[in-house]
Amino acid sequence: MTIHVTSQPPVGPGADDVALRVRGVTKRFPGTLALNHVDYDLLKGKVNVLVGENGAGKSTLMKILAGAESPSEGTLELDGQVVTFGSPRDAAALGIRVIYQELSLFPNLSVTDNIHAGAEITGPFNRVRFAEEASRARELLAHLEEPIDPATLVGDLRLGQQQLIEIARGLAHEVRILIMDEPTSALSVADTEVLFRVIRELRAAGVTIVYISHKLDEVMRIGDRVTVLRDGRVVAQASTSEIDIPWIIEQMVGRRSDQFFRHQGHQVGEVILRTSKLSLAHPTISGRFVIKDVSFDLRAGEILGVYGLLGSGRTELLECLLGVHPHMTGTIELAGRPVLGPIPDRISAGLALVPEDRQRDSLVQTLNVEQNLTLTHWRSITRTPLVNHGEERRLARRLMGQLSIRARQPTQSIGSLSGGNQQKVVVGRALLVSPLVLLLDEPTRGIDVGAKAEIFGLISSLAGEGKGIVFVTSELLEVLAISDRILVMAKGAVTAEFTRDEATQELLVNASAGQMQSTAEVIHARA
Amino acid sequence: MHVRSVLRAARGLVNGGGNRGRLSVATVVLVQLRAFAVLILLIIGFSLLSPRFLAPDNLVLMVKHASLWAILAIGETFVILTAGIDLSVGSVVGLSGMIAGGLLYEGLTLGPLGSVVYFSAPVVIVLTLAVGLLVGLVNGLLVVKARVTPFIATLGMLYVVRGLAELRTNGATFPSLAGQPELGNTGFDFVGSGQLLGLPVQIWLMGAIAIVGTLIARQTAFGRHVYAIGGNARAALLAGIRVTRVTIAVYMISGFCAAAAGIVVASQLGASSPAAGESFELTAIAAVVLGGTSLFGGRGTVVGSILGAFVIGFLGDGLVLLGVTAFWQTVVIGLVIITAVVVDQAQQAWEKSREIEIVPLEPPAGTAMA
Repeated sequence: MTIHVTSQPPVGPGADDVALRVRGVTKRFPGTLALNHVDYDLLKGKVNVLVGENGAGKSTLMKILAGAESPSEGTLELDGQVVTFGSPRDAAALGIRVIYQELSLFPNLSVTDNIHAGAEITGPFNRVRFAEEASRARELLAHLEEPIDPATLVGDLRLGQQQLIEIARGLAHEVRILIMDEPTSALSVADTEVLFRVIRELRAAGVTIVYISHKLDEVMRIGDRVTVLRDGRVVAQASTSEIDIPWIIEQMVGRRSDQFFRHQGHQVGEVILRTSKLSLAHPTISGRFVIKDVSFDLRAGEILGVYGLLGSGRTELLECLLGVHPHMTGTIELAGRPVLGPIPDRISAGLALVPEDRQRDSLVQTLNVEQNLTLTHWRSITRTPLVNHGEERRLARRLMGQLSIRARQPTQSIGSLSGGNQQKVVVGRALLVSPLVLLLDEPTRGIDVGAKAEIFGLISSLAGEGKGIVFVTSELLEVLAISDRILVMAKGAVTAEFTRDEATQELLVNASAGQMQSTAEVIHARA
Repeated sequence: MHVRSVLRAARGLVNGGGNRGRLSVATVVLVQLRAFAVLILLIIGFSLLSPRFLAPDNLVLMVKHASLWAILAIGETFVILTAGIDLSVGSVVGLSGMIAGGLLYEGLTLGPLGSVVYFSAPVVIVLTLAVGLLVGLVNGLLVVKARVTPFIATLGMLYVVRGLAELRTNGATFPSLAGQPELGNTGFDFVGSGQLLGLPVQIWLMGAIAIVGTLIARQTAFGRHVYAIGGNARAALLAGIRVTRVTIAVYMISGFCAAAAGIVVASQLGASSPAAGESFELTAIAAVVLGGTSLFGGRGTVVGSILGAFVIGFLGDGLVLLGVTAFWQTVVIGLVIITAVVVDQAQQAWEKSREIEIVPLEPPAGTAMA
């Protein structure tokens, strides 16, 4: 098979080893600063690795490179020339292609159609040359050692095969810069080897690769240079030959431990929440589980950290506790009583959730700050048939004071608050119902350091009041700083459990990468 | 209308910045103001073109006509606030007229002996409203339980309900709804033709529905939940709102209002035809949209929809007064609706662009370059 490489235009002096230069790129979203003056050089014909915790800005940077987002400030220079992308099509025309983690395939179309979607091979009168497309698809798949019939519908393929189709699609066209976002997340070990072989071939052909991954061992194997993003900034860069995995972890989490809230030992009481064999079948793929046999106890006043990567089942675990997935199996007991029924009943029983994505799952943009705050707690402001606006205002002001929510007034629109203050509104809403157990899903995502510290202080004082806290996060340092006990999840199952004293960054990273700890290790960890 | 707040709103727009808190109040005023401003312009324009327009009897007549659209639009508002739509209201107008007409004209045949029971006019009205609620219940169940999209569910019900209305008499009309004194079922015409304190009963009825509707939307937990579901249904669910129940209820409110409108139409005509109310759903939706309610849900007011209904009513009656053909009226109303939505889109884009908070940049300190 041949990989098409666009002939390189003559290059300016000093630019011959940089394929694309990112200069001072800043990206703002309402309430958050996703990228903060990023300078980043893509080395030509190298595997440029991009790592960082969730929310560090990797995907935003990738989208800017691919033309899917435009920067608020800053420029991109391709071979010394400033380029502006209005759409991914513009970037593709210059040979920049992306293989997305969230598969962007059409399940209703065939493998061939998917591989050529948007860049069909056409003849006279714009007619698609189906035979040529099919043979090209077959060629690509053979190269990836995955001889799937190109006429198969993509929806009928395994997830791993779909990911290979996504990769084939990225290879089907002339490519100068290929961006791969977590390309191995659904691949088997054998498939990963094939992908690495292809990456090496592309590199040898002069293609510049951007490789984004959480799997640090892979990064060390395939990468040439590692760039670490944290809080929207490039914090470190090094060639892989000079560094090791602990160095990357350290750069990812930063030396921020002293900025964090320090854990204070507090009294831990009786078991308040007990789950037994919680399982949730995959909604579309039979035989697969989103959550598999998760059992744990939580004591009053205890902070239980749940560490896991995207897709580990951590979010679904909290959703199951709250009753979002009625077809879940297993049992949940809260203060000795079974937890059953729809969401409102579970909230009345004493569970409250702060969901992962506040824009999607929590905030109602069309309601103002105080209306968002009291959304769950409406019974107390409607003892008569009509809303008691005075009481609502009083509650809102009390919470705004207690959580130091910086809003000009309770009637301000929720979208005008900063990310941290929006998050405090979501936490405030959960607190208003006086829960026994508070379920926090990435409560510090996308908020600034000051707001983070405030949220940690709050979590600790709530635990001090005897509330049970389940704290789900993919940020290592946070989970280590605040938890009394840590569960690690991968692929829907609990792969390890550590007490506060046993847990280390490396143990958590290894357990979250999916391999079950050996029995000896688990016994050691629990001893 | 408060002239001062309008002025403040205008000033806020011109200044275009500085005080966001005041501006958001100003924009809210403007959203409601749009239909109101159009209405004022219509009244001024038509009264200049036709001296008859502002005559008290003409005004009362126009308000009476607009009341019918307003009643339908109030119910429709609740559905649209949840990001749904109810296309079945016109057919419910037809069916409820046939139910009321049948009960008054033929009575209800009970049991094998064929004994016929006649109900008094108030009881007939209650039973008819119950039919409206029932249609709404079916709509709601289709949407939340069968997970049919609101457009399709209520489009289907548009046909089903219209068909039921025609099946009631195989397409025939109940010619008289006057009732008979000896049966004790007279007085149904009061709703559509009666007067109370010098105004048609229909206007009072609309006023009552408007007040209750506004209270429900603005002052009850239920109303808050309607807005929350339309603004972000998933967030509403996770916040513990009984989304299923509230969603069913909004379709029942819409069905109730449509049945009330059906009673008004039948009572006014003194007869009920199974074809009554055809295409009324479109007028109701148009009034809601004109009134500033977003078809994407979560944003809008009952008062806005009433103003929208008045715009459509006054526009139609005014053009008739000027002798413009009905065909041109249709074109004009269509253009007004499109203009309203275009303005709304522009305004939303503008509001959104103002919401991006400028986060202060910190110097990139502590960067460790290896």
